[in-house]
Amino acid sequence: MTSIKNIFKNYTVPCVFLILGIIGFFIADLPIKMFINDIIERISRNFFIVLSLIIPIMAGMGINFALTVGAMTGQLALIFVVILNISGTLGVFTAFLISLPISAIFGIFIGLIMNRTKGREMITGLILGYFFSGIYQLIILSIPVSNSVIGVEGGRGVKSTIDLGIIKYGLDRFPTYIRIFGIKLPLFTLIICSMLCLFIWYFSKTKLGQDIRLTGMDIKTAEEKGINVNKVRIIAIVLSTIFAGIGQIISLQNIGTLSTFGSHEQVSMYAGASILVGGASIKKAGCMNAFIGTLLFYILFIVAPKSGTNIFGDPQIGEFFRVFIAYGVIVFALIINNKKNKSY
Amino acid sequence: MTEKFKDHILTFILGVIFICVMYFVVANGIFIDFLNRVGMNGILVLSMVPAIVCGVGLNFGVSIGMLCGLLGGVLSIELGFSGFIAFIFAIFVGTILSIITGILYGKILNTVKGDEMMVGTYAGFSIVSLMSIFWVILPFKSPDMVWTIGGKGLRTTISLENSFGGILGTFGNIALFIAMCLALYIFFNTKQGIAMKTAGIKPKFALNCGIKSEKYRIIGIVLSNVLGALGILVYSSAYGFIQLYQAPLMMPFSAVAGVLLGGATIKKASIHNAILGVCVFQLLMTASTPIINSIFQDSSLSDSLRMVISYGVILYALVKQGGRRLK
Repeated sequence: MTSIKNIFKNYTVPCVFLILGIIGFFIADLPIKMFINDIIERISRNFFIVLSLIIPIMAGMGINFALTVGAMTGQLALIFVVILNISGTLGVFTAFLISLPISAIFGIFIGLIMNRTKGREMITGLILGYFFSGIYQLIILSIPVSNSVIGVEGGRGVKSTIDLGIIKYGLDRFPTYIRIFGIKLPLFTLIICSMLCLFIWYFSKTKLGQDIRLTGMDIKTAEEKGINVNKVRIIAIVLSTIFAGIGQIISLQNIGTLSTFGSHEQVSMYAGASILVGGASIKKAGCMNAFIGTLLFYILFIVAPKSGTNIFGDPQIGEFFRVFIAYGVIVFALIINNKKNKSY
Repeated sequence: MTEKFKDHILTFILGVIFICVMYFVVANGIFIDFLNRVGMNGILVLSMVPAIVCGVGLNFGVSIGMLCGLLGGVLSIELGFSGFIAFIFAIFVGTILSIITGILYGKILNTVKGDEMMVGTYAGFSIVSLMSIFWVILPFKSPDMVWTIGGKGLRTTISLENSFGGILGTFGNIALFIAMCLALYIFFNTKQGIAMKTAGIKPKFALNCGIKSEKYRIIGIVLSNVLGALGILVYSSAYGFIQLYQAPLMMPFSAVAGVLLGGATIKKASIHNAILGVCVFQLLMTASTPIINSIFQDSSLSDSLRMVISYGVILYALVKQGGRRLK
C-alpha cells in the first residue's frame, strides 16, 4: 500500500491524468479500434515537438515557450515547398532542409535575448512567440504570391488555409501504408521520433551535453569551470527551435491542411502541457516523460469533446475543459516546482 | 538617473510629435475616436500600476479581475436592471468578486515569488477557459443574452443596448479614469500606500521596518483586480457589447503594453506612466489604422502591426530589466 502511495506522491500529475483519462474513456464510450487509431495518430503528430522541449529544460531554461517560432519556420518551409511543387516524401525532406537555416537564425536570436533575461526565460519565450507571430503575419500578408494554390486571387498575401495535399502522409505512409489488425501504423514517423530520442540520449553523454547539463544545474559553477554559459544556452535553444520546425512539418504532413494564421499558435502551450503531464518538472525532463505525457495528454484530447457531449450535451464544454486542464497543469507545475526549490 | 529620465521624456516627446504629425497628415476628425479609446482603455492600463508598485511585476493575470467584472455585468442584465442602476450594480458585484478572487490569486502568487508573471499568465488563461464552461452551463434566462435558436448558454457578444451601453459617454469615461487615477494617487500617499511602495521596492528593508511584504502584495493584487473589473465594465459599456468566452484571453497583454509604453518598467511604475502610456498607445492605434489602410488596402495588417508593437514593447521591457540574480 505504501508503495502505491509513494508512486502517487512522486508522480501526482501523471496519475491524476491517467485517472481522468480512464474516466473520460468510459464516459465517452468510443469504439476501441478508433480510439487506438486516434491515439497513434496523435502521438506520431506531436511526439517530436514535445521531445524538442527536453534540451532547453536540461540547460536550465525551463519550458521553451518560444517553440512557436520554430513551428512558424516549419510552416514557412512548407509554404516554400508548395510553391516549388515538390511532392511526397521528397517534399517533406526538402521542407526539413529549408526550415533548418531559418530555424537556426531565429534560434540564435531567441538565445541572445534569453541570455539577457536569465531567470525569466519562460515568460520571455512566451512573449517572443507572440511577437514573432505578429511579424510572421506581416510577412504572410504582404508577400506577393502568384501561385494559385497559395496566393489570394487578385491580391497580395497568402491564403488563410493551404491545402498540403501534395505532401500529405509523405512520412506516415513511407514506404507504404502499414496496417496491423486494422490499426494504421505510421512506421517511418515513429522511427524518426525514436531517432530523436536516441539523439537526445547520445547528446546528453557528449561533452557539449554535459556542459549543458552543468549549466542547467548550477550556472555559477558552470561559469567557474570555464564553460561559456551563454554559448551553451544559445546552442540549446537553436537545437530546440530546429526540432520544433521539423516537428511542426511532421505534424502538418499528417493533418494535410495548413491553417496559415492558426496552426502554430497553440503549439508551445500544448507541448509544454504534454511534457509536464508526463511528470517532468521545469528542471528535469526525459524522453520517457515526453512519451507518457504525450500519450496521457492526447488521450484526454480525444475523450474530452465526446465526454462533454455525453454529460452536458455540448461538445464545447469538453473542449473548454481540455484547454483549462492544459493551462492549469502548467500553473500547477510551476507552483509545485517553486515549492520544491524553496525546500532546499 | 535624471539623465536616464530626461532621455525617456525626450524619446516620448519626439515620438508623440511624430505621431501627431502623421495623424494630422492622414486623417482629421478622428480625435474624438482617440478620446473614446483613451476612456475605454484607461482604467485597464491603470490596473497594472498597483501590481507593479507592490512588487509583483506585470500582472498578466488581470483577466481574473476582468472576468469578475463581466460576471457582474451579466448578472445585472439577468436581473433586468437598466441605466445607471445596472452599471452601479455591475460594478458592485464585480468589485466584491474581484476582491475575493484577488485575495486567493495573491496568495497563490505569494507562493511563487519570482515566477509571478509566468504563473499569472497561465492562471489567467486557465481561468478564462474555466469561465467559458460556466458561461455555457450557468442557468441564465434573460432573452437578451441567451441564444435565440439552438445552442446552450450565453452568446459570445451580448448587446448592452437595454442596460448600460454607453452610459457614461466619452467624457464620462475619461472623467472616471481621471477620478480613479486621483484615487490611486491619494492611496499611494497614505500610510498603507507608502508601506506598499517600500515593500515593493525593497522587501528585505521593509521587513526590517516591520512591514509584511506578503500582505501588501495581496493588497496590490486586489487593487489591480478591482481596477481590472471596473476597467472591463467601462470598456464594455463604451464598446456597447459584453464579449465573453475567449475575448478576455489576450486583453491583459495590451494593458501591459500600454503601461510599458508610458515608461514603466517591471519594477517601477507610477500613475503618470499609465496616463502617458494609454495616450501614446491609443494615439498609435488610432493613427496607424488609416495609415496602413491607405498604404496596403488591407485592414488585417493593422491588427498584426498592433500585435508586433504591443508584444515588442513587452519584450523590450523584459530585456531591459535584464536577468534575475541567480543563485
